[in-house]
Amino acid sequence: MTKNWSLVKRKKTLQQRARILQGIRQFFAEKGYLEVETPHRIPTPAPESHIDAIRSDTWFLHTSPELCMKRLIAAGHERIFQICRCWREKERGNLHLPEFSLLEWYRAGGDYRSLMEECEELIRFVIDAIGLGERIVFRGREIDLSRPWKCISVNEAFQRYSETSMTGALDQNLFDEVMVQEIEPNLGADRPMFIYDYPAQRGALARLKREDPTVAERFELYVGRLELANGFSELVDPSEQRERFRIENKNRESFGKPIYSMPERFLAELGSMPPSSGIALGVDRLVMVLLDAGTIDEVVAFTPEEL
Amino acid sequence: MYTASDLRKGLKVIIDNEPYIVTVFDFSKPGKGQALYRTKLRNMITGLTIDRTFREGDTFEPASLEERPMQFLYKEGDQYHFMDNETYEQIIINEESLGEAKNFLIDNLNAKVLLFRERAIGVELPNFVNLRIIKTEPWVRGDTSKADFKPATLETGYVLRVPPFIEEGELITVDTRTGEFSKRVKE
Repeated sequence: MTKNWSLVKRKKTLQQRARILQGIRQFFAEKGYLEVETPHRIPTPAPESHIDAIRSDTWFLHTSPELCMKRLIAAGHERIFQICRCWREKERGNLHLPEFSLLEWYRAGGDYRSLMEECEELIRFVIDAIGLGERIVFRGREIDLSRPWKCISVNEAFQRYSETSMTGALDQNLFDEVMVQEIEPNLGADRPMFIYDYPAQRGALARLKREDPTVAERFELYVGRLELANGFSELVDPSEQRERFRIENKNRESFGKPIYSMPERFLAELGSMPPSSGIALGVDRLVMVLLDAGTIDEVVAFTPEEL
Repeated sequence: MYTASDLRKGLKVIIDNEPYIVTVFDFSKPGKGQALYRTKLRNMITGLTIDRTFREGDTFEPASLEERPMQFLYKEGDQYHFMDNETYEQIIINEESLGEAKNFLIDNLNAKVLLFRERAIGVELPNFVNLRIIKTEPWVRGDTSKADFKPATLETGYVLRVPPFIEEGELITVDTRTGEFSKRVKE
């Protein structure tokens, strides 16, 4: 008889995790969102430079339910959400699992600004549902979740936290390094923070900003220096989307990565999609922050290494 | 040849012609960005640690180390004395070269000493080692208010978490790879 002690230790965490999931579902039910389930196994993932799908026979495990969710929006399902497993190849670390839980929600109408508000509302609803106050402690530091949350553009964040400018970092091909080493350690340290208006090339499925087409209407939410969610105003122009996918595939080819075929059905239906906004939130990471867990491993029942 | 995605804690690679072991490994991937592999690497000769960030396409030579079975004899200050099981030759390894292994070294333990170009630079322990607990709080039966685990000090001075029913003076098996309690040893 072998008792799995590391699993015994996770009992309380798993109970709290279940309550968080119930809280999320309750929030969306009350707001009139339809819970949907879309296939995990799909013929082709959206071509994106740095997101790699795991093969499943001749198809792939989805890296996010994005394409199917948008097809639902295009068909007139105006408010939808989904909590599902997603897979991304070779992503493993203290904040990454190759198989993880993602919450995505989409709504017709509204842009990325209104999504930021809704995201704030959701997380505040969940902390209330699990009996946490407005002040939580994560990694030894108090985070104040009272309203309003901070907002800062990517450009401002570079100015404030780095010697390198956003355009300078892009020109030197060091955007990700500066982001991870200099900027992220300052984001959402004591209050949640939205960082918005990413460089256009960092949002393959996002709408460009009308007043400044060098940036996409895309944002990320950071709480306690952890990237929790990524949302944007959706790009609904099929020919522009096709061109973006082509560029992403070209990047993939230059990195020696496999290219993905065009998601033709998605592109064909995208033309019927009304102006919309959508967001993906890492459920495991939300649980980490709310339960003050050191690593993503602590908030799931099993990691791949334990199977 | 290793690539950045092979990086993990404990991997040994050559950087600038010297052997390094990965001591801290952090995978990061900023939203829609590329994978970055942030590491702390300990020079296996000098014990000094450096910070390095790698990208997906980066490659490394593995640090091929020779392993020799030896027995741990005793500790003197920060010097650890080992004896080669075949030649009976004695060698000394400094505490900083041992890293985490020092927490689980008990007299007469058989281990593999690692040599880089004929120089002893570290030791590889069996995955499981039995160690005695010299200090821990007694178990109060029926007390459910206490946490599921409690701290315990091993004979080497190392502190770890054990289930509440484990008592002072007991022998336990420790997983030397994680430093965690594995099971109680029946004596």
